[in-house]
Amino acid sequence: MMNTELFGILVMFFGTLLLAIPLGRNIARVYGGERSLLDPVMGPVERFFFRFSGIDAKREMNWKEHLKALLTINMIWFLWTMFVLMNQGWLPWNPDGNPSMSADLAFNTAISFVVNCNLQHYSGETGATYFSQVFGMMFLQFVSAATGMAAAAMVFNALRERTSEKLGNFYDYFLKSLTRVLLPLSVVVAVLLMFSGTPQTAAGKDSIVTLQGDSVEVSLGPVAGFVAIKHLGTNGGGFFGTNSAHPLENPSYFTNIVEMISQLIIPMAMVFALGYYLKRRKFAWMVFGVMTAGFLALAIPNIVMEVNGSPAINALGISQSSGAMEGKEMRLGAAASGFWSIVTTVISTGSVNSMHDSSMPLSGMNELLAMMTNAFYGGVGVGILNVFVFIILAVFISGLMVGRTPEFMGKKIEAREMKIALIVALLHPLMILAGTALAAYGITHDPSYAWLNNPGAHGFSEMLYEYTSAAANNGSGFEGLGDNTPWWNISTGIVLILSRFLPIIGPLAIAGLLAQKKYIPESAGTLKTDTGTFGVMVFGVIAIVAALSFFPALALGPIAEYFSF
Amino acid sequence: MKQNLLPAVKLTLICLVFFSGIYTFALIGIAKLTPNGGNAETAEHDGHVHYINLAQSFTQDNYFWSRPSTVGYNAAGSGGSNKGPTNAEYLATVQARIDTFIVHNPGVAKSDIPSELVTASGSGLDPHVSVQGARVQAQRVANARGLAPGVVLKLIDENTDAPLLGLFGPTTVNVLELNLALDAASK
Repeated sequence: MMNTELFGILVMFFGTLLLAIPLGRNIARVYGGERSLLDPVMGPVERFFFRFSGIDAKREMNWKEHLKALLTINMIWFLWTMFVLMNQGWLPWNPDGNPSMSADLAFNTAISFVVNCNLQHYSGETGATYFSQVFGMMFLQFVSAATGMAAAAMVFNALRERTSEKLGNFYDYFLKSLTRVLLPLSVVVAVLLMFSGTPQTAAGKDSIVTLQGDSVEVSLGPVAGFVAIKHLGTNGGGFFGTNSAHPLENPSYFTNIVEMISQLIIPMAMVFALGYYLKRRKFAWMVFGVMTAGFLALAIPNIVMEVNGSPAINALGISQSSGAMEGKEMRLGAAASGFWSIVTTVISTGSVNSMHDSSMPLSGMNELLAMMTNAFYGGVGVGILNVFVFIILAVFISGLMVGRTPEFMGKKIEAREMKIALIVALLHPLMILAGTALAAYGITHDPSYAWLNNPGAHGFSEMLYEYTSAAANNGSGFEGLGDNTPWWNISTGIVLILSRFLPIIGPLAIAGLLAQKKYIPESAGTLKTDTGTFGVMVFGVIAIVAALSFFPALALGPIAEYFSF
Repeated sequence: MKQNLLPAVKLTLICLVFFSGIYTFALIGIAKLTPNGGNAETAEHDGHVHYINLAQSFTQDNYFWSRPSTVGYNAAGSGGSNKGPTNAEYLATVQARIDTFIVHNPGVAKSDIPSELVTASGSGLDPHVSVQGARVQAQRVANARGLAPGVVLKLIDENTDAPLLGLFGPTTVNVLELNLALDAASK
């Protein structure tokens, strides 16, 4: 019986890979301005958008202009969403009569969706209205994903073999990411979900009488469209509180396959898009290989541990033929839940189909490590930016080791680029460890905060997980943490902003600086970056910079819990 | 900044209309064409509507029981226990569920109780158990209804959902559908 669960995982992984390669080629065509499939339909729509907005999409921008355009429009989205969330109680389309959000919760929620994180310190059923779900959260799920993709497109452009300041137009990349990739795929996924039992309705809660005669209510809503972009944009914020563990958000094993493929496909496709765009497909496969090695090293142990079940439950003498089932759903099974727990954390989706708080201790550690490295595939657009930073570091270190000038894509890597790359790489551990340390100080000196749902080492893991999730812009949680308090709303809100925009600004700046430099054609003296050896170097840099900085914290949390079995 | 402000506001407006408004309402229109018409899957029974993908509370011996729920099986909300695997208070809860199960199902060996029957699901609304999770309750249900155990076991077989295409995912039993079939068979 277990075999069918393993087949399910294989079909999810290889199915995604097979679809991601042609999608990557199409994305490369779109950003390269070549003819592509949807030109006749979407061309006129895009021209209408630009005419209405007064934007000249043909005007090329340098990297600073890109950044200004990106940051300005993000600020507008933040203000709009703050307004919607703080006023959703009286705004239209609120059939369940849910109240407006408090200022600190609205701040956290708005930031969290603007930055593609979707931390969700509220539950959709009671904390949001249909209007805010559709015109607040779901709107941001579309545009924040497109922001990440547009930033990646600019970096692609900057790495071409030439010397230039002109790096395409931000609005053009942004809108095409929406019209050519995110929207059409979302429609397909939403329709598949609707035919499989996910609701898509404007009607409010239903009331029913159960077979035993209890009266209960059933939350409904425009769920299918929301779930589609939540995954395709690696946003991860659920329509309902329990996200894709909810039987209406993810009704069957089939929908689980659809949702899994839709969250993994664009992060994978972006790697292949880079290869097609720069005509360096071997380099893309090297990057893909590094990412896949890291991904499998985390995913396989999780599948095994969740299928084997909990030693503490074994001690009670019952059967664990179904696996470790606390916090999991039968129709999805322990294997697919363990697999999902790593996919969602490596690619910064943060949607869950099981409760990570109840994962086995070392599965929890792998989920944390997936977010701490944050570069094995990574989020839509930004994943490739994160790995770009690690590649720059690896080029520099390998260059020094073999005594060659560090060059990448025909451009010299110099002190300025290295400083930026290091600041971005070190920001991540700083945010996570400083945040966790402050929260741990708070709870030990004033236990009346009482935000922990579990004692001991696991309680520490809950706090570590929350800051890691915020800094990785992931959005999953050890949801036992009582996080709807001013401390958590505001502190994670600050981590979210810094950890989203600095890792976008950094790579854009590096790419912009590289693009201006003189192009040096490859020679015998050039360090080859499309080889397995270089792949091992990149993996080593990720392991040292990202993983080792967190070892002491992991020892206090999940590792300590593991040894307490 | 300034020259970006107005275009950004206008672009935001039109994106709201298109990607939130038109997208959502077009899908609601398409949803009317699906078998469930945009609602979740339901089944009618004695004039009552049941959402077959949502677990219901079953406490009587003459029904198969669903998995434990931390939200009282009320789909107005959803939630898991979020208890860590080494939490002593949590393990005591599981032990208490095992004891209750054995009181209601005398003769069942502890090692035959599958873990999903005594652990809370992720959503609190999980409608399924494993085949073993249903079989282990068959004797109790048969006794309470005065049916032959063979009849009840046959109903379990008939209500077993095979893996997708016979190849992918676990084999499960939908407790609500099984109980509906049980009521129909007992009439």
